[in-house]
Amino acid sequence: MKLEGRKIYKGTAEGEAIVTKDGISFYGGVDPDTGKVVEVGHELEGQSITGKVLVFPTGKGSTVGSYTMYRMKKSNTAPVAIVNKQIDTIVAVGCIISEIPCVDKIDIEIIKTGQNIVVNGSEGIVEVK
Amino acid sequence: MNLTPEEQEMLDGKYGKATQKSMEILTTLGDIFDAEDMVEVTGVQIAGVSYANLGEAGLEWLTEMAEDGNVRVLTTLNPAGMDRENWQALGIDKEFAKNQNRAIEAFAKMGIITTCSCTPYLIGNAPHFGQHLAWAESSAVCYSNSVIGARTNREGGPSALASALTGKTPRYGYHLDKNRHGQVLVKVNAPVKGTDEFGVLGKIIGDKLFELGKNIPYITGIASASVEELKSFSASVATYGGTALFHMEAITPEYKMYPKPNEIIFEINQNNLDITRNELIDENIEIDFVSIGCPHASIHEIAKIAKLLEGKKVKKEFWITTARPTKKIADEAGYSKVIEDAGAKFAADTCCVVAPIKGRFKGIMVDSAKACYYGRAKNKFKVKIGTIEECIQEAIK
Repeated sequence: MKLEGRKIYKGTAEGEAIVTKDGISFYGGVDPDTGKVVEVGHELEGQSITGKVLVFPTGKGSTVGSYTMYRMKKSNTAPVAIVNKQIDTIVAVGCIISEIPCVDKIDIEIIKTGQNIVVNGSEGIVEVK
Repeated sequence: MNLTPEEQEMLDGKYGKATQKSMEILTTLGDIFDAEDMVEVTGVQIAGVSYANLGEAGLEWLTEMAEDGNVRVLTTLNPAGMDRENWQALGIDKEFAKNQNRAIEAFAKMGIITTCSCTPYLIGNAPHFGQHLAWAESSAVCYSNSVIGARTNREGGPSALASALTGKTPRYGYHLDKNRHGQVLVKVNAPVKGTDEFGVLGKIIGDKLFELGKNIPYITGIASASVEELKSFSASVATYGGTALFHMEAITPEYKMYPKPNEIIFEINQNNLDITRNELIDENIEIDFVSIGCPHASIHEIAKIAKLLEGKKVKKEFWITTARPTKKIADEAGYSKVIEDAGAKFAADTCCVVAPIKGRFKGIMVDSAKACYYGRAKNKFKVKIGTIEECIQEAIK
């Protein structure tokens, strides 16, 4: 199944989807050393997003979050790709500086955790295998 | 987006890696916000300077950008996590100081003027009416859009740096006339005076806008307002409401340019001011720290503090946070000596919002509603707002 969205940052990556209906704040909401979501009460609290295709509606929180994403990329704890319903500037800038493929304007409810996903950030296409 | 040949070359990497990365950031933001093209900016203010906020990751990114990045326009810097000269006396540890200096050096290498102040408009990054900017620092964004009538969106650290290295920003949001109209009519039916009270007013309006999901207030009923009062108001309304632009009848330059909003009307009486002031005074507060200068104190405020402190001794930790150039004027004028003889301390380049002082004090007294917010949220202090005179009284008590 191919979903067409909007390209945010180029590159292609494949991985297992981890999907949440909650917004994500990378600054304070994710531990960049372990790659785990630490926001209390978050749907993904305690789960690792490292190496996954992270699927969530939109980003939230402090603009410092862009730097947190960069730090995760450098310490190999970042997701391999990001899929959003509606991108926000923090995650967009985070993907650009960290070179993480990213697509938005995707109907994310269709995607289920555990599915194998290919994100083509250059074309704006998400393929569910 | 429509790019000029030069902008396309920046994106293609002709001007080096940092410029290319910058153009990638700007074109992506432009696409997200449906900008048709880029606009040239005349000045940039960069936030995300304190090492406490940047962390090693942010610093690494800056270092990478500084390898071949150079600013194309006047660019100044937000406060750092410490006074660059006086950090030891203010209790900052050595390791932090070392890392903070690494960050400032990376900015300097790119040709950024390391002013380390949240009031660029008081110290030489002073735009005029209608100029396009790419400013971070929410209080300065609000001041420049509203009080000066310049045009900027609320930038983050990386996007502001991207504009500094390219001289451009995508044309959307507050750069366009159609997005600068007042949305909510705010009638103020009580006299408002002093930096503290303008901060209280900013909280009332900011909270209300947030609740309404609106951005731009059109405020009536303010008889007069000083630069310092508008500085305090801008910081407060931006902190509590995320506001980047307000119009104030007969005070700000664009109040006649767009129709006065008449659909949503919100009135503020003396009672509202009193209630909100009380919200900024914590119960059972034990004050052991007094700080003035959020946003950074002007020379006018420092002169006033010097007069109030002359011949007195402070009994509590007392910081005056300001821009280093302002501090130098205070040195020349003799105010610094009077203030320091009284036992108060200058903390230039930094402020009580970004310095790593969490847990060092129990209760802070300030004249700023913005400082109350961050004192509580970030530093876990109890807070109390008061006039500058009341702050001094508390410090010498």
